[in-house]
Amino acid sequence: MIRLERVSRVFRVGETEVRALDDVSEHIAEGEHVALMGPSGSGKSTLLNVLGCLDRPSAGSYALSGREVAALDDAELTLVRRRMVGFVFQSFHLVPRLSAVDNVELPLLFAGVERAERRARAAAELAAVGMQPRMDHRPDQLSGGERQRVAIARAMVTRPRLLLADEPTGNLDSASGRQVLDLLDRLHDEGLTLVVVTHDPGVARRAGRVLSMRDGRIARRLRPDEVGPGLGGAGGGA
Amino acid sequence: MSLADLLRFALGAIGGHRVRTGLTLLGMAIGVAAVVLLAALGEGARRYVMQQFESLGSNMLAVVPGKTETTGIAAFSSATTRDLTLADVEAIRRRIPEAALVAPISMGSETVSYQERRRQVGIVGSTHEFLAVRRLRLAQGEFLPPGDLRRGASVAVLGAAVATELFGAEDPVGRVVRIGDVRARVIGVLASEGTQIGMNLDEVVLVPVARAMRLFNRSSLFRVIIDVRAYADLGAAKRRVIELLAERHGEEDVTVITQDAVVAAFTKILRTLTLAIAAIAGVSLAVAGIGIMNVMLVSVTERTPEVGLLRALGAGRGQIARAFLAEAALLSLAGACLGLALGLVGVAALVTAFPALPARPPAWAIASSLGLALAVGVGFGIAPARRAARLDPVAALGRG
Repeated sequence: MIRLERVSRVFRVGETEVRALDDVSEHIAEGEHVALMGPSGSGKSTLLNVLGCLDRPSAGSYALSGREVAALDDAELTLVRRRMVGFVFQSFHLVPRLSAVDNVELPLLFAGVERAERRARAAAELAAVGMQPRMDHRPDQLSGGERQRVAIARAMVTRPRLLLADEPTGNLDSASGRQVLDLLDRLHDEGLTLVVVTHDPGVARRAGRVLSMRDGRIARRLRPDEVGPGLGGAGGGA
Repeated sequence: MSLADLLRFALGAIGGHRVRTGLTLLGMAIGVAAVVLLAALGEGARRYVMQQFESLGSNMLAVVPGKTETTGIAAFSSATTRDLTLADVEAIRRRIPEAALVAPISMGSETVSYQERRRQVGIVGSTHEFLAVRRLRLAQGEFLPPGDLRRGASVAVLGAAVATELFGAEDPVGRVVRIGDVRARVIGVLASEGTQIGMNLDEVVLVPVARAMRLFNRSSLFRVIIDVRAYADLGAAKRRVIELLAERHGEEDVTVITQDAVVAAFTKILRTLTLAIAAIAGVSLAVAGIGIMNVMLVSVTERTPEVGLLRALGAGRGQIARAFLAEAALLSLAGACLGLALGLVGVAALVTAFPALPARPPAWAIASSLGLALAVGVGFGIAPARRAARLDPVAALGRG
């Protein structure tokens, strides 16, 4: 599913170069559940953005489902995102003026799906996360857990094969967080490839394996039962 | 993404900030209303002047024998000028449908006397149609009788001043005056008109044209005046009269004068003036466009995280640009429609307050103000839309 070969991502900040990703090589198979851990600035989010085709590597090769995407231009990357990838964010990123169902429709809107079909598919996706009764509520009328479930429905409405979640429970209380994680587990059980960035060892332990990052490199590859209780995750110094 | 989806999405985005949106709309609305109102005012002034001219007979053509050279090159041909005759008048009446009323004029000067009183006055020989063509009114009696051009009855119609001077308080109608050494029965008196363009009709005596030509022993008419049915036909009528008389005379040897030239000059001045004030009002449209640009730039800045999100959800750069552009277009269009309504209400109020002024917004003003508003909105929307489209998705998302 994912094949990274010596991928680097260098940002230039004034005179200095910041190597957010430094020579990362990794394979993630179809249907895997991988957690990314590490302290802030270790390159987790940059890696997630590269995996999601939001960002391009400065060097190296990235093949997604057998297709080299590192050199694609913006328009082609947009199509890859549209067809292959779903995103879930820590702060939900729901559009505040739109109702739950309208938010879920957004990816279909830009994919050019007709209105009636959009509505039907969005409603079905909301039903799958248990949010159909509240589909006409705006985000400010929903609790945090509900918002994240709507966001997951939005990520899944295009039937992506890869779901990328950046601290999906970071803004939730533990009960809502557990609901969201159960939902992600269920999607994973249905065959979805899942990559989750987290600080929370409890979240990481649900993954099939854990990549611990430090200074733009994958410092350690761990089994879930090896993840310690520390906030930065195993191998993370914080 | 269909156009309907695009517009619906843009509309949703506009609805978010009612006060800001409302103020921007108002800016555009005032611009459009100003253009519509000022253009209507200018157009009203033009139509008012036109009406005034029309009441003077602006639909009038005057045919004068002899070709006036306007080229500045001395004419070697047309050494002789053919007469403008009553037969020409009959031909014009028969063959030129645009000519509603045709009145021949023969002019001279003669002594007119009643009992001991005598005066040297202008004698105008014409026909029944003269009254209508010159928009004259009678104070009493009747005007020259209709009928055969060549039958010069022994009748006369007196100008107001002539009637007073010859008859004093006495009623002139039915009395017999002497014009030179022939006698004529007075059948009517003109109402006092003051000096009209050309001649003072208070100081003349009107007789049938055939009689005047005999009196002065003339073979040619002084001129022929023609009232054209519709103002729009003036040019065509002029051309056809020249053609007809050229055909009859073997060469072009008459000049056709229109008051149109004066009216045209006035119309041109007022049109230019209208255009100028509308253009000045149009500047406010450009200012409104800058308002839209401002609001769109604020909107892009505010919604940067949303743009990042939409990019992550698979929106292309073009789609982002189009969404913001559609928003700018909708803003300007809504403002323009509001402005048009305001402007039309304003014009209606103006017409109610000043019924004499036929103010009406010309179609070009409505069309161009709407078009310009849309163009300005889209034009000033391009830069913000490009800015939104060029945002880096990762950086944009990070601002959330």
